[in-house]
Amino acid sequence: MAEYSAWSEDSARLIIAGLVHLEGATLPILHALQDEFGYVDPEAVPLIAEALNLSRAEIHGAISFYHDFKTTPQPARTIKLCRAEACQALGCESVVVELARTHGIAVDGDQVGDARVETVYCLGNCALGPSALVDGELIGRVDAARIAGLCKHGRAHS
Amino acid sequence: MSAAPVRIFVPIDAAALSVGAEAVAQAIASEAAARGLAVEIVRNGSRGMLWLEPLVEVETAEGRIAYGPVAARDVPSLFDAGFASGGAHPLRLGKTEELDWMKRQQRLTFERVGVIDPLSISDYRAHGGFKGLEKALALTGGEIVEAVKASGLRGRGGAGFPTGIKWKTVHDAKAEQKYIVCNADEGDSGTFADRMLFEGDPYLTIEGMAIAAIAVGATRGYIYLRSEYPHAHRMLQRAILKAEAAGMIGASVMGSSHAFHLEVRLGAGAYICGEETSLLESLEGKRAIVRAKPPLPALQGLFGKPTIVNNVLSFAAVPWILDHGARAYADYGMGRSRGTLPVQLGGNVKRGGLIELAFGITLREIIEDMGGGTLSGRPIRAVQVGGPLGAYLTAGQLDVQMDYEALAAMRAMLGHGGIVVFDDSVDMARQARFAFEFCAKESCGKCTPCRIGATRGVEVMDRIITGTERPKNIAVLRDLSKLMTDASLCAMGGLTPMPVLSALNHFPEDFDRPPLPLAAE
Repeated sequence: MAEYSAWSEDSARLIIAGLVHLEGATLPILHALQDEFGYVDPEAVPLIAEALNLSRAEIHGAISFYHDFKTTPQPARTIKLCRAEACQALGCESVVVELARTHGIAVDGDQVGDARVETVYCLGNCALGPSALVDGELIGRVDAARIAGLCKHGRAHS
Repeated sequence: MSAAPVRIFVPIDAAALSVGAEAVAQAIASEAAARGLAVEIVRNGSRGMLWLEPLVEVETAEGRIAYGPVAARDVPSLFDAGFASGGAHPLRLGKTEELDWMKRQQRLTFERVGVIDPLSISDYRAHGGFKGLEKALALTGGEIVEAVKASGLRGRGGAGFPTGIKWKTVHDAKAEQKYIVCNADEGDSGTFADRMLFEGDPYLTIEGMAIAAIAVGATRGYIYLRSEYPHAHRMLQRAILKAEAAGMIGASVMGSSHAFHLEVRLGAGAYICGEETSLLESLEGKRAIVRAKPPLPALQGLFGKPTIVNNVLSFAAVPWILDHGARAYADYGMGRSRGTLPVQLGGNVKRGGLIELAFGITLREIIEDMGGGTLSGRPIRAVQVGGPLGAYLTAGQLDVQMDYEALAAMRAMLGHGGIVVFDDSVDMARQARFAFEFCAKESCGKCTPCRIGATRGVEVMDRIITGTERPKNIAVLRDLSKLMTDASLCAMGGLTPMPVLSALNHFPEDFDRPPLPLAAE
């Protein structure tokens, strides 16, 4: 379970100031903001642009290009379910169907409680799929029941 | 009793953790404490026998004894059976080095993975680490480049471009600043060698990058790692700090006049960043839009400076080459594919994992002999080689040798060495549709054939699957595939037709099934 701070311009400025010295600092800054707040608040865009002497459009463009960066507050838990070929070969699409049918959980759909299940393409666990990434922990041989349990805030590994 | 503690190895590799290695390590620690046994638990990388994870090894006088797959609940019975001294137990597999899977391999790049404590500099040195770098420091840059050229090493990311020629271009370029960039955006489904290497032996790639830096006169380097690999990220961050403290990198590489500063940077979930120019744009903090070539990154790469961009496995091969000599490396392999290839076997396979072998082994030997066929026990129907842009082969085509040219000759590709096995429940029209869907989601959008073509491809496949004017739509599919192949700017759009056309050509019956309604998505 992630515990994110509420958006704060002051702490965002501090985070940005700590990273502006890096070459090509945009992505490190965006990651650091997202780690802190769970998302990149649109109010951060002019702050980053000013600190890096770039246009707002360039920062917005970077945020919108990458799948990782979110621009709205996120649930405490995001479960990333792999749906790439190696996990397809082990039935990840059946997991998606069963999640919807049995548990009422739509992958890439609405939040369930304080969790959401998202599609990801490859977690590098291709011999032990289907795989999911939850709170930074990798889970192999995952099934719909396990994912549904994790949506109710179980531990990744018990 | 003042006997030395028994060394017990429990992997910290993400794949091992994904099936419970952490709980096993904790159970061993508490069980040993409860029994008053002195144990030292070493968290090693994975040996690559992933179906046996968590694979626990115990160091004994006769060598390391493997037990697996171990669940936390097995731990009390393992202690009862005296596993701390290699005792008999149903999970006992024998000496790790003597296991068939290990004996069949030729591990050069992965020689230390699973063997050592990944972050221990002394372990690394004791098992041959630093030797390549030390030898490189006694050579001129030109001599290092010549050694890499003579080894025949080709880029392990997928394109197979000769590494030494790339290095020569950067070596000969004149610039105030040059860069070394490691492409660790291992996004291909079915591949995990980079991840395993970082989690099991992170110093090897760092050493390879340092050698590259010395060879071409670069002082800064970046490892661009995908964000889907949090475990590898943590390991690399710690390894870079320790490598600096040990003098492998930093202001003075091993006390020499060479400086090499290295950072790891995280991607943000964009498959396209595995394409080198897109990766460079991303490192510069921009949208990862593919650049037109020329100019080559070797001449105008990161921030417009001469840059070596190599895959993790390319850099990781270099220390061995410098240490043992270019000829020793080139003695492995076949044709124009020299050295060894870390193959990653996954998908629906009984025994999946990492297999490092000289080029030339057949797919059938890998999948059937080592992999043991499908996990489901059903017949193999299709095998995708080389990631999401690689071809689907039939069970009848598995006698092809793992070699860049041999696969290219059958309109397939080796890519990063990933092999994904499917059983007979696979629907190849669905797989073709997925190839377009993936391309549509991951296209950077710069060139029209890829950006628009992928979306049109999904629509055409939907019409074929639902049985709408099939002959006409298959003609459109072939035409669209030709256009994307010929006119796309990079491999994303240019190779998406490879899985599509291989599915269509090898499995035409799947494109002529009774019409199905589309699944609700």
